[in-house]
Amino acid sequence: MEKMPKWADVVLIPLISLLLAALLSALVILAIGESPVEAVNLMITGALGSTYGWGYTLYYATNFMFTGLAVAVAFHARMFNIGGEGQAMLGGLGVAMVCLYVPWPHWSIALLAACAASMLFGAAWAAIPAYLQAKRGSHIVITTIMFNFIAAAFLNYMLVNVMRPKGSMDPATARFPEAVHLPTLHELLAPIGINFSKAAPANISLLVAIFACFVVWALIWRTRLGYEIRAYGHSETGAVYAGISPVRITIVAMLISGALAGLMATNNVMGEAERLVLNSTEGAGFIGIAVALMGRSHPFGVFLAAILFGFLYQGGAELALWTSIPRELIVVIQALVILFTGALDNMVRMPLEKLFLGLRKGVE
Amino acid sequence: MTVPAIELKGISKAFGPVQANKDISISVAPGTIHGIIGENGAGKSTLMSILYGFYKADKGEIWINGQQTSIPDSQAAIAAGIGMVFQHFKLVENFTVLENIVLGAEDGGLLGPSLAKARKELKELEEEYELFVDPDKRIDEIGVGAQQRVEILKALYRRAEILILDEPTGVLTPAEADQLFRILDRLRAEGKTIILITHKLREIMEATDTVSVMRRGQMTATVKTAETSPQELAELMVGRKVLLQVDKVPAQPGKPILEIEGLRVIDEAGVERVKGIDLTVRAGEIVGIAGVAGNGQSELLEVLGGMRPGLGSIKLNGAPLALSGSGSDGQARRAQHIAHVPEDRQREGLIMDFHAWENVAFGYHRDPAYKRGIFMDNAALRADTERKIEKFDVRPPDGWLAAKNFSGGNQQKIVVAREIERNPDLLLVGQPTRGVDIGAIEFIHKQIVALRDQGKAILLVSVELEEIFSLSDRIAVMFDGHIMGERLPQETDEKELGLLMAGVAGEAA
Repeated sequence: MEKMPKWADVVLIPLISLLLAALLSALVILAIGESPVEAVNLMITGALGSTYGWGYTLYYATNFMFTGLAVAVAFHARMFNIGGEGQAMLGGLGVAMVCLYVPWPHWSIALLAACAASMLFGAAWAAIPAYLQAKRGSHIVITTIMFNFIAAAFLNYMLVNVMRPKGSMDPATARFPEAVHLPTLHELLAPIGINFSKAAPANISLLVAIFACFVVWALIWRTRLGYEIRAYGHSETGAVYAGISPVRITIVAMLISGALAGLMATNNVMGEAERLVLNSTEGAGFIGIAVALMGRSHPFGVFLAAILFGFLYQGGAELALWTSIPRELIVVIQALVILFTGALDNMVRMPLEKLFLGLRKGVE
Repeated sequence: MTVPAIELKGISKAFGPVQANKDISISVAPGTIHGIIGENGAGKSTLMSILYGFYKADKGEIWINGQQTSIPDSQAAIAAGIGMVFQHFKLVENFTVLENIVLGAEDGGLLGPSLAKARKELKELEEEYELFVDPDKRIDEIGVGAQQRVEILKALYRRAEILILDEPTGVLTPAEADQLFRILDRLRAEGKTIILITHKLREIMEATDTVSVMRRGQMTATVKTAETSPQELAELMVGRKVLLQVDKVPAQPGKPILEIEGLRVIDEAGVERVKGIDLTVRAGEIVGIAGVAGNGQSELLEVLGGMRPGLGSIKLNGAPLALSGSGSDGQARRAQHIAHVPEDRQREGLIMDFHAWENVAFGYHRDPAYKRGIFMDNAALRADTERKIEKFDVRPPDGWLAAKNFSGGNQQKIVVAREIERNPDLLLVGQPTRGVDIGAIEFIHKQIVALRDQGKAILLVSVELEEIFSLSDRIAVMFDGHIMGERLPQETDEKELGLLMAGVAGEAA
């Protein structure tokens, strides 16, 4: 017997968690002497009130979809990939190499090559922790965290010593050639008569991200590999019984996870910055964890949660810009959302389960 | 009329929509052994958990020695003189017997005086009840029977007048079980009241004065043991007539299917679990492996099922099986027509969160029949599940239900259906009816015998001697990684097997 209906699990719990986080945030804003109502107003108009706002919200959301999917795939194999950040950085390196060192005739081919390169680099960066987990039992949480630092240091070295254009003081690569410029939503929507903001960074990799959601969904729920990943995630002894190799699944799931995180670089590096800079990932790898938790590791949930966090990011930036609410407080609000939707899941779940059990008893 | 030691009046307890206990009343006279028998899930454990303060009853009263008592937690239960011996012992393995007995009942911050006092009291208790264990041995140095005696001593040390034993013989050899029943006799003679929870009819008949039968959360009868019969109790448990004996014609063994020679298994910790065994299983026969849990039977099954590596030689239909490295995993075994009903269906045989139809593919998920292009053919799989559910009478007949939402018996039916319907040359069966209700046991046994009659080889591992006797055409007994001997069921009895299970070698096999 299920403890509560499925809709309550996937809709009601995140919603209540979100409300609680919002309430607490409101109290914090009140405490520093600002109006929560005004703050919410500002966030909504800033993030969703214009195509400019939407353009940023969707740009962030695209990042979070990739990293959220990455974390979700690993979750299905009961692994906690905290290394999305590092894998996305390496993905950026792959994209930069493809864009800088190969003359591409058209952006579409360049995008395909960039996808391949970013996935390859991201997967490669996940491969070492995956191997260590599978063969040596080194915990994936520890190794992927450490690999984030190694990735940052490696990227620093590459940018300062190898890829920096001669004479530049900036630890960044040269600007990518015009031929690999990805169409923004403005350019994509103009032909069909929609006037989308020119300045917003959302670009065609949003479609790549949505496509990735579909692919991950099909992979997890429709293929034998997905079946094996889920089976292994639920029970390792069960997997061994069924002849599913834990070593193989651990490595394969992490490679897919790393590839998805790496893919994020098509958005932030190729689509937005059009060059590789230090700290290009801006913590999106970590937000991916919250997105996957809130999205219940389901691609559609990840899609929705990514848009929510995109909204929080963009709305938060607006808030910092137009009020005296300091930038740090925006981080507090985001942290509250992560805390309630992720870590404190059971706090909402348990009373709700009791409530539903009580209701059902009443009906009988 | 003496005042009952325990009286439960109208106890009810529900977990959500499941009514675990419904209006249960029993009364146990002091100085008697009262049995509570019922199938798994009948509500026995819930009732005892209420009595021991783990759960709070929704309704009902508990009276101890004529006084209404409320038992909100186990501390209160101990204070009321109730002691509990759990099915899975709650002992600290690397503490000594004495330390375990004192644990939780220390007198103060300093351990020395408590231990000295306990040592003295323990000696008195041991002599009074003839419960002997060496107080200075560590728990992991003493046998299972002795560990159980420590649990009983723990309860007595806490001045328990009422002892509850939950499935106490599950892990014991027949000889150890007999010893336990002698101890219970002695305790009864000293005036203690004992409640014995079990699903084994034999133990009820041997040990108890009165017996209550539970079915689906309700108390269906309370009778004097002397005035009932196993047949009657079984009927009361299941609610209909049951066959305690499996109907089967004599086996007609054909050519050897499985030939094991000098098999050794060394586990992850480097301990040798199987120490060189030889065994042959022929077509059309059921070979039963008897033994107390933990003597290498599980490891034997796991090597055959491709779950762990082994050393030595195993042939299937004359061809050698890989025992390690590639070609030795569960997929390879299935490709070689070995099907496997594993010992632990919840951790191995099923993915509890998967739908029934997903579980029907478990282990066979790479079967081309379930494949369409790069995807799994879920429609074909669901149709196949419908067929199996109908043929094996899985209830409720809902392929979309998650495995965890079926009862133990129906979960096992899903596993058995999946494996038997593969029409394997060799079927490995581990504890096929553990935690399965009597009705389903009957059904599963019939299916296994039917497969044998089709000329398939079956290797059965079970810790239930009754099951070994009723199914096997040949019995091998394992002890400490060795096969102590092989017997024909009609030429041996529980006593002889019990000796072999305890490591006392009979004449050469």
